[in-house]
Amino acid sequence: MQSESRSGSSVRRLLRTAADAMLIPFLAILTAVVVGGLIIALVRGNPILAYAGLLQGSFGSAKALSETAVWATPYILGGLAVALAFKGGLFNIGAEGQLAIGATISALVGYALPQWLGRDIPLIIHLPLAVIAGMIAGGLWASIAGFLKAYTGGHEVINTIMLNYIALNTISFLLNGPMKDRDPNNVIARTPLIAESARIPAIFPGLRVHWGFIFALLVAFFIWWLLNKTTLGFEIRTVGANPDAAKYAGINVKRIIILTMALSGMLAGLAGTVEVTGLNYRHQLGFSIGYGFDAIAIALLGKSHPLGVVLAAFLFGAMRNGATRMQFLTQMPIDLISMLQALILLFVAADAIVRYIYRIRAQSERVVLTRGWGA
Amino acid sequence: MDWKRFGFIFLIIVVLFGVVVIIGRATTPPVVIITSMLATTIAVATPLTLGALSGTFCERSGVVNIGIEGMMLSAAFFGWLAAIYMFHIFHFGIGFSIFMGVIFAVLTGMLMGLLLAVLSITFKVDQIIGGTVINILAVGLTGFLNRQLFFGKGSVFGGNVPNSPGVLPTIHIPIEEIFLPICKGAASCVQFVDSINKVFDQKPIAISAILLVFVSHYVLFNTRWGLRTRAVGEHPKAADTVGINVIRMRYANVLIGGMLAGLAGAYFTIESVPSFEPLLTNGRGFISLAAMIFGNWTPIGAWTAALVFGASNALNIKLQLFRDVIPAQWAFLQQSYVVGLVPYILTMIILTGIIGRTTPPAADGQPYEK
Repeated sequence: MQSESRSGSSVRRLLRTAADAMLIPFLAILTAVVVGGLIIALVRGNPILAYAGLLQGSFGSAKALSETAVWATPYILGGLAVALAFKGGLFNIGAEGQLAIGATISALVGYALPQWLGRDIPLIIHLPLAVIAGMIAGGLWASIAGFLKAYTGGHEVINTIMLNYIALNTISFLLNGPMKDRDPNNVIARTPLIAESARIPAIFPGLRVHWGFIFALLVAFFIWWLLNKTTLGFEIRTVGANPDAAKYAGINVKRIIILTMALSGMLAGLAGTVEVTGLNYRHQLGFSIGYGFDAIAIALLGKSHPLGVVLAAFLFGAMRNGATRMQFLTQMPIDLISMLQALILLFVAADAIVRYIYRIRAQSERVVLTRGWGA
Repeated sequence: MDWKRFGFIFLIIVVLFGVVVIIGRATTPPVVIITSMLATTIAVATPLTLGALSGTFCERSGVVNIGIEGMMLSAAFFGWLAAIYMFHIFHFGIGFSIFMGVIFAVLTGMLMGLLLAVLSITFKVDQIIGGTVINILAVGLTGFLNRQLFFGKGSVFGGNVPNSPGVLPTIHIPIEEIFLPICKGAASCVQFVDSINKVFDQKPIAISAILLVFVSHYVLFNTRWGLRTRAVGEHPKAADTVGINVIRMRYANVLIGGMLAGLAGAYFTIESVPSFEPLLTNGRGFISLAAMIFGNWTPIGAWTAALVFGASNALNIKLQLFRDVIPAQWAFLQQSYVVGLVPYILTMIILTGIIGRTTPPAADGQPYEK
């Protein structure tokens, strides 16, 4: 194997690595679709009709495409958050909470800042402020787990999950109390609408897809650049690959761990922020349930590569978006999508199973993603 | 478990109980509050205890089980579903249906354990990712089936969620019968014995959880099986050279772990309340993991840690009962969102290792390759 690939031309080798990188996720998706189809048939549904509805709902029209992009926007940012943490050897299960914190804070800046100042703020100042505030809030929230990991060895998986629950409880408190929409007709836990000056404009009139989508793509490019072209990116990847080696190479491992978590949280915070400033114009309890977990699946499916994350986010966005149409056509519950996504994740994470089913031999060393409880 | 840890746990429990006693004494005598809180603590610690035992078996053999949450959730669903099917479709009696519910919950947990074992032992998938797969799969699967089977087109139940046959009965331990004659009718004595009796009136899964703590402790530290399990988790290569089948030991322990998590799942829908709602486990699988770590991967240690979380849940429940007598300056305690934070914050504090470091089994999380 090894000598064979060395003897091939570099172009062929590159193509082969690219093909290999795409092949396993593709087969994983295929396997998940087949298994999902079996489950649909098992509960007396029509798999063909369900999948057709899914496709129609996600790509069938300009509106459908726009909605898919709308769904993909927070997925790209959330997926990048988890992917970046993976690169640094950390498993950020807490994207969910960081996202919600980011959304809450940016909503706060969005609706309350003009009231505090007593005057309108131009969009060019207000919108960036709302976005940056949400981003920083998410980053700070995640860096708690980073700090605990670096200085006490408390495992980030459990700490970020606990921070999720703490975030959700705190936000429930805020949205039911101090930050609740005072509109007399309002009975649900949500903030007031944010000011016009804090809203991301739409790209095309009449469609919901907004500039936040383009922004997310730019962020993905930025993360690629950060990881591959900067010293910080090199340090993050080194700590992720081998913290001991990183330490002997003179890298401040504790600093990098905290920084990686903070950056990851900032990305997750951005995911929440674009939902508030670009789409809902307020934060409402429960809108983001599951985004953080979808983000994990997206990062794994995209193999933690920014481009892969963008593609995976599109796939997941399309599935979420098409689900409504599918439900309308076949009466299949939307939860089917969660199950399909879990199956995709299963087969992507366990690429050994996919390799086993399709008889593909392993090409290279597996990337180490997490390291048990070891501090 | 050293004395520092036990002291820490004792302190937290005293504080949690103390808060409720101080608030509630306006209307209820302290003895009644303390004993009823103890009873609640033991009951709500049940899934945490079983979850922590599940983690202990898996990790002592070298497999990190972060999927306890998902195992519990799916077991809670399928156990409940099985009880409903037995009762409404196959027309079995109530008792048998509930019993079969428990069996199916345990089997579901075992199947999920098998999935974890196949992923992490045979296919050598990153164990934390494997557990996450189980967690996400459980959410998707239970959410989907819950809606499809009850509300979907052509569903057997056609849109009505049928009533579950019920919950497991309380087992009465006859303390009252034995000690009441000693009181000779003195009112305070009768009240005391009465409230003590309430602590011991627990349901079957709660009682078996406590028994399983001691059984597990004995098995892990006093039997050949336990020695082998620990050997496989500490130094699989050495275990292999003396003829222990590493793969088989790990499989067996992960399956046992899955069954324990399944029993924990049964607690939610078959012992506690006879209904299922999506995401009902609400992070308790992860809190179990924290309990396991705090208990330094020993069953008794994990149990005491689980009791702390049980006590913080009991705090939340009791404060809701005493809502009206909470003094004005403590008004924040009326917010269930605020009190609900206690177990999660406790978990983080405990994990930071301020009460001393814990040491996981040496080979925990590493796939074994010959």
